[in-house]
Amino acid sequence: MIPAQFDYLAPTSVEDALAALSEHGDDAKIIAGGQSLLPVLRMRLNAPEMIIDLGRIESLRGVRDDGDAIVIGAMTPHAVVGSDPLVGEHAGLITKAVEHLADAQIRHRGTFGGALAHADPAGDLGAPALALGAEFVIQGPGGTRRVAADDFFVDLFETAIGEDEILTEVRVPKHTGWGSHYEKFVRVAHQWPIVAVAATVRVEGGTIAEARVGLTNMGSTPLRARGVEEALVGQPATEDAVRAAAERAAEGTNPPSDLNGDADYRRHLATVITRRAVLAAAGA
Amino acid sequence: MTATQERPSDEVEKEIGRDRRRKEDQRLITGRTRWTDNITLPGMLHLAMVRSPFAHARIVSIDTSAAKQATNVVDVLTGADLGEALGVNINAWPITPDQVTPTHSPMPSDRVAFAGEIVAVVVARSAAEARDAAELVDVEYDELPAALDLKESAADAVLAHPDLGTNKSAYWVFDSGEAGTGGSVEDAIAKARTDGIVIEREYRQQRLIPAFMEPRSVVVDPTGEQLTMWSATQIPHILRFALAATTGVPESKIRVIAPDVGGGFGGKLQTTPEEWITWAVARRLGKPAKYTETRSESLMSGHHGRDQWQKLTLAAEKDGTVTGFKVDLLADLGAYVSLVGGGVPVLGAFMFNSIYKFPAYRFAVQTVLTNKTWTDAYRGAGRPEATYAIERIMDELAVEVGVDPLEIREKNWIKHEEFPFTTVAGLEYDSGNYEAATARAKEMLGYDELRAEQRRRRESGDPVQLGIGVSTFTEMCGLAPSRVLGSLDYGAGGWEHASVRMLATGKVEVVTGASAHGQGHETAFSQIVADRLGVAFEDVEVLHGDTQVAPKGLDTYGSRSLVVGGEALVRAADKVIEKAKPIAAHLLEASVDDLEFSGGRFSVRGTDQGMAIGEVALATFAAHNLPDGVEASIDADATFDPEAFNFPHGNIINPLIVSGQVHGGLVQGIAQALWEEAVYDDSGTLVSGSFVDYLLPTAADTISFEIDHTTSPATTNTLGTKGVGEAGTIASTPAVVNAVVDAVRHLGVNDIQMPCTPERVWRAINSAGSGGSTEGAAMPHFESGGEMGNQEQPGTSSTEGAGA
Ligand SMILES: Cc1cc2nc3c(=O)[nH]c(=O)nc-3n(C[C@H](O)[C@H](O)[C@H](O)COP(=O)(O)OP(=O)(O)OC[C@H]3O[C@@H](n4cnc5c(N)ncnc54)[C@H](O)[C@@H]3O)c2cc1C
Repeated sequence: MIPAQFDYLAPTSVEDALAALSEHGDDAKIIAGGQSLLPVLRMRLNAPEMIIDLGRIESLRGVRDDGDAIVIGAMTPHAVVGSDPLVGEHAGLITKAVEHLADAQIRHRGTFGGALAHADPAGDLGAPALALGAEFVIQGPGGTRRVAADDFFVDLFETAIGEDEILTEVRVPKHTGWGSHYEKFVRVAHQWPIVAVAATVRVEGGTIAEARVGLTNMGSTPLRARGVEEALVGQPATEDAVRAAAERAAEGTNPPSDLNGDADYRRHLATVITRRAVLAAAGA
Repeated sequence: MTATQERPSDEVEKEIGRDRRRKEDQRLITGRTRWTDNITLPGMLHLAMVRSPFAHARIVSIDTSAAKQATNVVDVLTGADLGEALGVNINAWPITPDQVTPTHSPMPSDRVAFAGEIVAVVVARSAAEARDAAELVDVEYDELPAALDLKESAADAVLAHPDLGTNKSAYWVFDSGEAGTGGSVEDAIAKARTDGIVIEREYRQQRLIPAFMEPRSVVVDPTGEQLTMWSATQIPHILRFALAATTGVPESKIRVIAPDVGGGFGGKLQTTPEEWITWAVARRLGKPAKYTETRSESLMSGHHGRDQWQKLTLAAEKDGTVTGFKVDLLADLGAYVSLVGGGVPVLGAFMFNSIYKFPAYRFAVQTVLTNKTWTDAYRGAGRPEATYAIERIMDELAVEVGVDPLEIREKNWIKHEEFPFTTVAGLEYDSGNYEAATARAKEMLGYDELRAEQRRRRESGDPVQLGIGVSTFTEMCGLAPSRVLGSLDYGAGGWEHASVRMLATGKVEVVTGASAHGQGHETAFSQIVADRLGVAFEDVEVLHGDTQVAPKGLDTYGSRSLVVGGEALVRAADKVIEKAKPIAAHLLEASVDDLEFSGGRFSVRGTDQGMAIGEVALATFAAHNLPDGVEASIDADATFDPEAFNFPHGNIINPLIVSGQVHGGLVQGIAQALWEEAVYDDSGTLVSGSFVDYLLPTAADTISFEIDHTTSPATTNTLGTKGVGEAGTIASTPAVVNAVVDAVRHLGVNDIQMPCTPERVWRAINSAGSGGSTEGAAMPHFESGGEMGNQEQPGTSSTEGAGA
């Protein structure tokens, strides 16, 4: 389909982009990789008059080491994040999630920040960001602020990013040495997950010392499966123990019902997939 | 005249049977070719359609004034504006004389009958401007109740077209007792109820959407003496005929071109409102016009496929010998009776008995109008539905008798020594060897070992259970012969036409009326002609899809191109040889009787004198020295109309193409079993309106296939070929569903509705396992009026497809 007509700006600095955002206000929309925005425009679900492209702002790209965290630039394409050695070493959960995100073409176009800013509850990056306790660096006219993952996802397609703000980078605390796994349940390969589970655990001498479990598409935002996390800590990394803990996966969730599954089926899936994800993360 | 020395014919490598890469692929894959949307004409205007969001509504008013003011908009037209010039979209196959057929205006001005129906068209200088202005057309609708659920619509609960007074379009019956091809099925069932087995089931054929790679596109140029339409269609010849018949333009003033066409699967076997509207607009404005649909439009308003409820009763003796099969279908036509729409289930009517030889059969179909997108042919058209029904219920019979599914099939199928065999549906099967094919398949699959593994897993309670599914099948393919089609009231014949033109330089132009849309005709037909005329594969050019170049033809569908069109080609080539022979004899100063033709060369028997056919072509072109009274042309035409349908698999022209057809077909059939389903909501909106929700498999979802052919050459054509285009699609669906059910049958499940989603499997296991009122579980000795099958009833579930 053909989008409605729009104007286009491609600033080369965050400051210029912010200035353009302020100037055009409601009529403007940021484009990162365009993999979610373009379908929206082409199906004419939205018709912004001004598109501000972040693609020429070099400072928003790349992954760097910053002490106890790694920092992922908002405009880093999925494919780069997925093959980055720093991410692999300190936030393996993200590497695993990116591996099955969409298809190769989309992974080369779509960006880490764009996917998180889009806040599709079926998106694959929210649950890992939540599980890893990521911090979102947001820049606006008044300066830069950091928002914790727990506060970032507000609702369906809604985040803490203000209308005049830009997500510049995401800080992920290092989880060096943690085992991790992202288990995604789909009917066809290129699909968004019906349900997915992001699990990362620290195992000490066969016992789960720490566990973080995030759920994808079990509510209007990504969710932490805190009940499962609590139940796992101090347990042996065995099938039985994990199975028992995973039974709590659907606690406090509010999954959607759609063509891909009713809510009750998704609750069932959450327990099964949590078990598989945690067992794989624990290397059991 | 020189007589040349040529290689002895036995040294020339035969083209037929070679794994030739398709010569057309380079241009098709790179897109550097004439797709309709690539065509741009001087001054060309662009169209955008305004479509109804409602399934059923009265059009109160259409305000086009704002749209007309928009930048570069040339005109905005409605059905009322275009009037008679619009013509109508026709149904070419009324299956009964009293069929109820609503008038199908390409752009109605009073009432819309499905969501997606066109109510206005915007004409602008660019496609983008047309689309922008389409948003400005203000249509006021008065919503009417919509007929959506197939069963409820069959009961006339809500009328899809209130003026018709009923949704029931046609009721078509084949009864072997009445036709004299077998006994009475009611007798067989009555007998089985007392001392045999009766199995009753109800299966759902969900609604599917043909999703070809190239969306439909049409360009009309009204500026020449002949009006020209380019269309991404499977049927340029039928399209030309229909345009002439319904829009008042003489056929001789119409040229239709199907340039390169990117897939169809039956979805482009249609004459569409979009074609008719573009035709009318271009004629009215006197300028070339183009319309290319978006994918959303394609999914919403291009014709859909399948969509049936099948009520089945199988009668058998206690040992599993089938004695009768009764089939009652409800078939959803959608809002209009499309080109072949009502006939699709009828095409299946002769196939429910498949490869089996039971003595009594009755088939009845009620076609039903609803306020949904119209349905028509989709790969297999009627025959996948038939094969699904018989092959699913054969598994149920095997369970009831307590034998392996293959054993029950073998007990009932036609043995190889029994061919030719006239079936209970009245078709003559020319050849076949099911024993050999099945033995080979069992061996390749390691069937017995897999069954053993399945037993082991069952016994050990393994959480991963094995399901093994088989499906035998045959189909009548090579849609033809005309005589049979005529007896079914089909609106066209089944012949095909071909010409062979010998160029002066020794190259050959082949013209076929079978218009390809991705099948590889150019390659396969080149191979046939190369062998027949003894010329190089590269020297054969295959032309098609333009009524000016290939004036006669009936196009491509129903696995017919090779078996019918290929045979026409062979006959034309043979005529070329016949025509060339006296000229060659004259030039070689020999008697015609002393000439033989082989390896592309006429030679004088017993001598080393001879000349190649290309040399004869050059001499004919020069025409300096031809025998008296002989026409200065060795070109030839042929039209072929077979005497019977044929049944796969026959001889193979190009194994690579056949593998491609089978692979693609298998995936498409598996997709029906597992993934694809067109779903409407309660208001008649297509919910699966994009590929996010209509799940097409990609290469990443599929498995590797091992294919093997046991060929039985057809006896109805020279090449011994049989159709293969639809084969894989037909058999794979029941095989996969049989496997899914087989994997969980020990849990009390005997059916899972297609597509067998993980959720449906889960629900089937749970309701069976919980011991609740599992519908239809283990009730093969069926009391009338009982529950049937496990499937959800339409209307009670949000995930039920078109029936909901
Ligand atoms: C066919 C298909 C399949 C897909 N499958 C999956 C899948 O399986 N899993 C998955 O997770 N995703 C999937 N996606 C989505 C993909 O991950 C997108 O890349 C992603 O959601 C958006 O990233 P983008 O860079 O393309 O953002 P864009 O589309 O450019 O932008 C998305 C939104 O975020 C806003 N935005 C972007 N960047 C910023 C920023 N720095 N600051 C503030 N706002 C910003 C934009 O204004 C827009 O509203 C799929 C997409 C497609 C087309």
